[in-house]
Amino acid sequence: MKITADSPPVLSVLDRPNSYIGRAVPRPNLQRLTQGRGQYISDVTLPRMAHVAYLRSPHAHARIVSIATEAAKKAPGVVAVVTGTELAKVMTPWVGVLTHLKGIKSAPQYPIAVDRACWQGEAVCAVVARTRAQAEDACELIDIVYEELPAVTNPETALDPATPVIHASLGDNLCFERKLDVGEVDKAFANSDAVVEATFVTGRHTGVCTEPRAVVADWNEGEQRMTVYHATQAPHMMQNLFAKHLDLSESQVRVLTKDVGGSFGIKVHTYADEMATVALSKLLKRPVKFVADRIESFVTDIHARDHRIKGKIGVTRDGVITAFEIDDLTGIGPYSVYPRTSGIEANQVVNLTGGPYNCPNYRAQARVVFQNKNVMCQYRAVGHPIAVAVTEGLVELAAAKIGMDPLEIRRRNLFPDDGYPAQTASGLKLEQLSHHEALAHLDTMINYAALRAEQKALRDKGIYRGIGFASFIEVTNPSAAFYGVGGAKITSQDGATVKLDAQGAITIHSGVTEQGQGAEAVLAQCVASSFGVSMDRVRVVTGDTDNTPYGGGTWASRAAGIGGEAAWQAGKALRGNVLAVAGAMLQAKPEELDIRNGVVVDKTTGAERLGLDELARVAYFRPDTLPPGFQAELMVTRHYVPRGWPFAFTNGIQASYLEVDTDTGFVKLLRHWCVEDCGTIINPQLVNEQIRGGVVQGIGAALFEQCLYDERGQMLNGNMADYLVPMAVEMPDIDCGHVVSPTADSELGAKGAGEAGTAGAPACIMNAINDALRPLGAQPLTDMPFTPGKILRALGKV
Amino acid sequence: MKPAPFAYKKARSLDEAIALLGENPDARLLAGGQSLMATLNMRLSAPSLLIDINGIGGLGGIAHKSGAVEIGALARHTDAERSATIAQHAPLIARAMPFIGHPAIRNRGTLGGSIAFADPAAELPACLLALDGEVDAQGPKGKRTIKAGDYFKGLYETALGPQEILTAIRLPAASADTRVGFAELARRHGDYAIVGLAASARADGKGLKDVRLAYFGVGNTPLRAAGSEAALARGDIDGAVAALDLDPHDDIQATGAVKKHLAGVLLRRVAAQLMEQRP
Ligand SMILES: Cc1cc2nc3c(=O)[nH]c(=O)nc-3n(C[C@H](O)[C@H](O)[C@H](O)COP(=O)(O)OP(=O)(O)OC[C@H]3O[C@@H](n4cnc5c(N)ncnc54)[C@H](O)[C@@H]3O)c2cc1C
Repeated sequence: MKITADSPPVLSVLDRPNSYIGRAVPRPNLQRLTQGRGQYISDVTLPRMAHVAYLRSPHAHARIVSIATEAAKKAPGVVAVVTGTELAKVMTPWVGVLTHLKGIKSAPQYPIAVDRACWQGEAVCAVVARTRAQAEDACELIDIVYEELPAVTNPETALDPATPVIHASLGDNLCFERKLDVGEVDKAFANSDAVVEATFVTGRHTGVCTEPRAVVADWNEGEQRMTVYHATQAPHMMQNLFAKHLDLSESQVRVLTKDVGGSFGIKVHTYADEMATVALSKLLKRPVKFVADRIESFVTDIHARDHRIKGKIGVTRDGVITAFEIDDLTGIGPYSVYPRTSGIEANQVVNLTGGPYNCPNYRAQARVVFQNKNVMCQYRAVGHPIAVAVTEGLVELAAAKIGMDPLEIRRRNLFPDDGYPAQTASGLKLEQLSHHEALAHLDTMINYAALRAEQKALRDKGIYRGIGFASFIEVTNPSAAFYGVGGAKITSQDGATVKLDAQGAITIHSGVTEQGQGAEAVLAQCVASSFGVSMDRVRVVTGDTDNTPYGGGTWASRAAGIGGEAAWQAGKALRGNVLAVAGAMLQAKPEELDIRNGVVVDKTTGAERLGLDELARVAYFRPDTLPPGFQAELMVTRHYVPRGWPFAFTNGIQASYLEVDTDTGFVKLLRHWCVEDCGTIINPQLVNEQIRGGVVQGIGAALFEQCLYDERGQMLNGNMADYLVPMAVEMPDIDCGHVVSPTADSELGAKGAGEAGTAGAPACIMNAINDALRPLGAQPLTDMPFTPGKILRALGKV
Repeated sequence: MKPAPFAYKKARSLDEAIALLGENPDARLLAGGQSLMATLNMRLSAPSLLIDINGIGGLGGIAHKSGAVEIGALARHTDAERSATIAQHAPLIARAMPFIGHPAIRNRGTLGGSIAFADPAAELPACLLALDGEVDAQGPKGKRTIKAGDYFKGLYETALGPQEILTAIRLPAASADTRVGFAELARRHGDYAIVGLAASARADGKGLKDVRLAYFGVGNTPLRAAGSEAALARGDIDGAVAALDLDPHDDIQATGAVKKHLAGVLLRRVAAQLMEQRP
């Protein structure tokens, strides 16, 4: 993949000497990671550490009649064999509901299944042994008698009276339902010149992390304290949950998150097997390690995006969108996932559909139903790819119907750039977006007119290329509105503690976490810039609930926008404190001094006055020489939480250029573009990497990835040979462009950039395929992923 | 994903390996391990003993002799990929090589392992069949040679006896009138193909003769398409497609109907390759 040159930094009010804001500086952890000195959970080895393997249900739904463990208990190396009933005495079950999702319900979920397994892959028994291999050997000796129960797999019939109810206590298989009716939808459709309807299907898939889920739990009986080394996005959230369900206080739990090999939202949930591992450590009073293998990852890592959406759009002859209507149905497995719930994805589909467009009439219904498949929950760009596929799919179908250019119809309906603040029909508050500028930028970037001419010329030669677009908005920097108001102990604020060490270097402790996305680089950039040292003088510490400020971690594109702002403010505050010391030492006014490149200088002339090493020496070792009553404060903490807006929405537009081989149904991706607006760009390289990686995951959804199940609830392709993740060879060059509309909520003005690529890419690919096949009269393809078979069927060839 | 316990023995000679196979009926030979280790780690098989044949000398050569190309069982895919002998005298193998997995897999995987494993979606078994090659095997009763047409028996099933070791494969060397064609369709480069076609023929004036078409990914073994071969020799491409009598099963990546359609598309593409004149 060709990486295009980063744009030179644009100077802003944030620029000071040592300004790293807007610069493509390398990550501080690069050397360590590329030299193989990262510390992932698999690298953690503790004295007396045992390994757990879980025996998992082969059935989608079954009563557990009996579990015979004697033979396994006698197997070589086995420390313990523990059933769900036994572990339920150590850890309490949980229920994944939030109060702001009205009416959402779920059943208690146990760390290991008790009496009944509800999906293929649910853990039904644990074996703890000296090695993982021994634990797996012993698993084969456990004899479980199951009584298979009917499996509910099809969401379409999950609510039928004839369908068995998975959790009798809930009364039915409905987890959550939401309805919305804004404006005058029926009237708007009646007054439209054209109404287009289509049913969209987004395939169930998952975020395949390089490092699987992993945890080492270490209960110290002497200290009555639990230390959990955990590959997680949200250490403080997990601290709260481990404590709560082990009946401990939070101060008795420490969560350590060192290097994490990718997360994409997969590692921000409560997983029964991870909870069980922690409970096993408490039970056995020794460290226990669990590292999911690929096969169990596919049936236990949350799945996402399994939606069927009936959509409808009305337009006038001159391209004005009159109304949107959707009916969304999604099956989320047997439990709503704790603590974020499995209602959020459908809720986001309702919130986001139609989001870029100034259209006041909108009706939506979403139903979330239980089924006997692996659980679904939040994966990168939660709900966005679905909502964008429906919205942008409908917009391009409507454009085709009235014979209008797909960019032109967008120009006529996107919220105007000078019309902010604005509000979507679903009620989302938008501070400042730049849809039109982004579209204009894209139009030039792709050389649209020339691309259309090329497409036309090639069609005459029997080569079918397509150009597809997707405008989108993206939720970033969430305030408490996302989870906090719903009663979950998931903080939206974040903190940074910055200190000057005795040689004048800086350490920052932050509540956000590094998952491989470069958060530590952003934190170092912010602190170095606002304090005034070069980046190599900044050390970043994250992922330790004992030693970092209380924070939310990494999710919903918040680490840079929220964690970065806290770091920026902490750096500024420390600069003030350091200049106070300098003022005292130099008998100068602090406001006439500055810190540049690690040296206290005269603010106006830039003349060097005092090195930070000397300042630190005096402050720490000769404070007696400072004026009486003066106390140096060389460690400060600042917190930040977005208050002005519930979310910092970003926006953008993507384009795809591809070729469909009409003989084979294969799609060749030729090029992909994304212009997005994440506000202030702290590090253009990291932003572009996020966009590109996100686009690739979106391409996966559109063309390759799907968790295939049979009607009995068996996953058919749970391995890396049959589940197709996108690979480099098939990926096109991905060009990134930027528009910058900073949020006024923070001084930095940075919004999130982590999910924009994923949000728009599937819709864009879908539209491009349909654009390519339109002259052949093919039925529009709306059922992802677009496999060769589906394309051949649309062409009537099979 | 840890294999069940197994013993490991590194054989120093073919005789030793054959003897070990005799003493341990459920033992498996270990060549490149690129197919075997995955089945062990997923506990799809649990042999009590692995007999490592990588230390046996003399099985890794690639040579052109008496009108044939002989490839030792332990030649790695990457050796074949880079071999000038193969490029010149077995051009079909050279064409197929880049489609086999990825470089890391080709560095370890062996040609002998691939033919012995006989994955129905693998490239090399189909090439062997298309080229009318043969397999050398050695067992307790000595050496024998098996024609490609007699070698593939069923799904992962070959003519090799339980105590036999594949020692080499032999392919007729290409001559001036040799024509080869190769194409496959896989969702991602390096995956096993949804359907693939390896072909050889001899130029006959402007036409072709001795056409051999071997499909892979469409049945339990690589499959000849005899009716299509005859039609192609007549220069009748439409007839060749019409004569395809494959009946592939549905699998995860495609239905049987899609595979059958794609087999026809590949036939046209490979026919074009066969008919291209050599420079
Ligand atoms: C990710 C991945 C992708 C792959 N993609 C492809 C692909 O696209 N196309 C393809 O063709 N292959 C593919 N392979 C398989 C690869 O080519 C293997 O190397 C090959 O199929 C087996 O060769 P090996 O030397 O690794 O055999 P091993 O794995 O060591 O052995 C395979 C089997 O053959 C037996 N065996 C090995 N050598 C002999 C012998 N000399 N005599 C008798 N029995 C023997 C073994 O006992 C075992 O049962 C892929 C593998 C991986 C891991």
